Amino acid sequence: MRAVITVLGKDMVGILAKASTACAESNANVVEVTQSVLEDYFAMIMLVDIDKLNCSLEEMKNRIEAAVPEMKVHVMHEDIFNSMHRI
Amino acid sequence: MINMKDIMETITMIQDEHLDIRTITMGISLIDCCDSDIDKSCQKVYDKIYRLTKDLVKTGEDIEKKYGIPIVNKRISVTPISILAGVSGGDPVKYAKTLDRVAKDVGVNFIGGYSALVHKGFSAGDRELIESIPRALAETDFVCSSVNVGSTKAGINMDAVKLMGEVVKETAELTKDRQCIGAAKLVVFCNAPEDNPFMAGAFHGIGEPDCVLNVGVSGPGVVRAALAKMPKDASLNEVADLIKKTAFKITRMGQLVGTEASARLGVPFGIIDLSLAPTPAVGDSVAYILEEIGLEQCGTHGTTAALAMLNDAVKKGGVMASSNVGGLSGAFIPVSEDAGMIEAAKAGTLTIEKLEAMTAVCSVGLDMIVLPGETPATTISAIIADEAAIGMVNSKTTAVRVIPAIGYKEGEILDFGGLLGSGPIMAINEKASDIMINRGGKIPAPMQSLKN
Repeated sequence: MRAVITVLGKDMVGILAKASTACAESNANVVEVTQSVLEDYFAMIMLVDIDKLNCSLEEMKNRIEAAVPEMKVHVMHEDIFNSMHRI
Repeated sequence: MINMKDIMETITMIQDEHLDIRTITMGISLIDCCDSDIDKSCQKVYDKIYRLTKDLVKTGEDIEKKYGIPIVNKRISVTPISILAGVSGGDPVKYAKTLDRVAKDVGVNFIGGYSALVHKGFSAGDRELIESIPRALAETDFVCSSVNVGSTKAGINMDAVKLMGEVVKETAELTKDRQCIGAAKLVVFCNAPEDNPFMAGAFHGIGEPDCVLNVGVSGPGVVRAALAKMPKDASLNEVADLIKKTAFKITRMGQLVGTEASARLGVPFGIIDLSLAPTPAVGDSVAYILEEIGLEQCGTHGTTAALAMLNDAVKKGGVMASSNVGGLSGAFIPVSEDAGMIEAAKAGTLTIEKLEAMTAVCSVGLDMIVLPGETPATTISAIIADEAAIGMVNSKTTAVRVIPAIGYKEGEILDFGGLLGSGPIMAINEKASDIMINRGGKIPAPMQSLKN
């Protein structure tokens, strides 16, 4: 099972590092990362493997939010995207 | 890899456009709770509902966290209580209080099914239940009530229509110190669906399985936002197509949540009801969709046509996305719950007569309309009869949920708060209909051939 983490907000130093550290602490393996910076607006999407998570999905979200408190963080199971955008 | 555009689209829908799962509603049959002793019967009702729904709210919250999608309401619908009241006798309000108590204990926000189906006539328990509705709704907080007074196959029971006019009025009277809120929890149906998950009209039909989970999905804001991005000269075919595609995506999400919830609770999955149900939140409005299609304000000429297209496109998208579409599925037009309709009603663009025409093409009926407090019961009955006739002749569900604003004057506002919103008192035709209503009897079922 995989989850999609999105981090949105104003660009600054170390967002990727802090978010991925929080993933590592939760034992979530980062499978893929896409990020884009448009002027000073930062958007990152991470696809992580959550099979061996050492905490709940909610707890992982809390950890990421605590690591990058200025950013808007969403953690969603990948099934929601597959069901909405694939026939 | 899931594409970045799709991910951002989903997140925008949820965050900015109010996409949500409006309700997961567990339907429970109470047939096996019937007992000739009303107290025993109530105890069985409490025990069965509690046993099946004790994890409903927690499961809903867990799914919300997993998918990051809000599930706004968790609710329960039950077998029409008139059946239990017919077996046990006694004061039916005891059942209402039992339902209210169990709803509070398991943490749901509404429980529907204080209902009677009398489209062809009254059987044991029906009349007692209907007469007890005003007290039941005044003495409980979460109980919702509905009465089916007509159907395409049976015609309209005008004795019941007459009675319901009085019941609506009395319900408002008994709750006049609380914005007449009782009447907002009472729906009078024609062709009532048995699997509707939306309140206040939800009940668990007698043709349904023992226990089933139904899901109501919403998202007027998403449809409006999608249309806003479209050029103003795009043809209506393209508009309909875009609505269909958007409805598809929304329904798929409902299907996912419904399947997951039913697996976690060990209850069969019933239906998805894809209804564009507005909320008073700005942007979450069906009126705004109609205005986005190209009307200056909802209620003007062209509204009925735009709504007909919207309602149909929503159904088409929904049917493609799920194998179990049911309930009401379409567009709701509850005046007090829709920011755009409130504005249009205040401006005088949206009138009861126009709303009545709109109900002929949308999924429900005259919904959440505030009437002057001095409206006679016979006039309310006549409004119900008109609406039931539209449903009966067009083989569709219609409903009436009107709130006589006891103690308020025309032009004043009744504010319910929360999802029920607020509505201005709307003008009605003041000429009497009492002689017709007092005749009673039945309107025979309509022809199903020679349709012109």
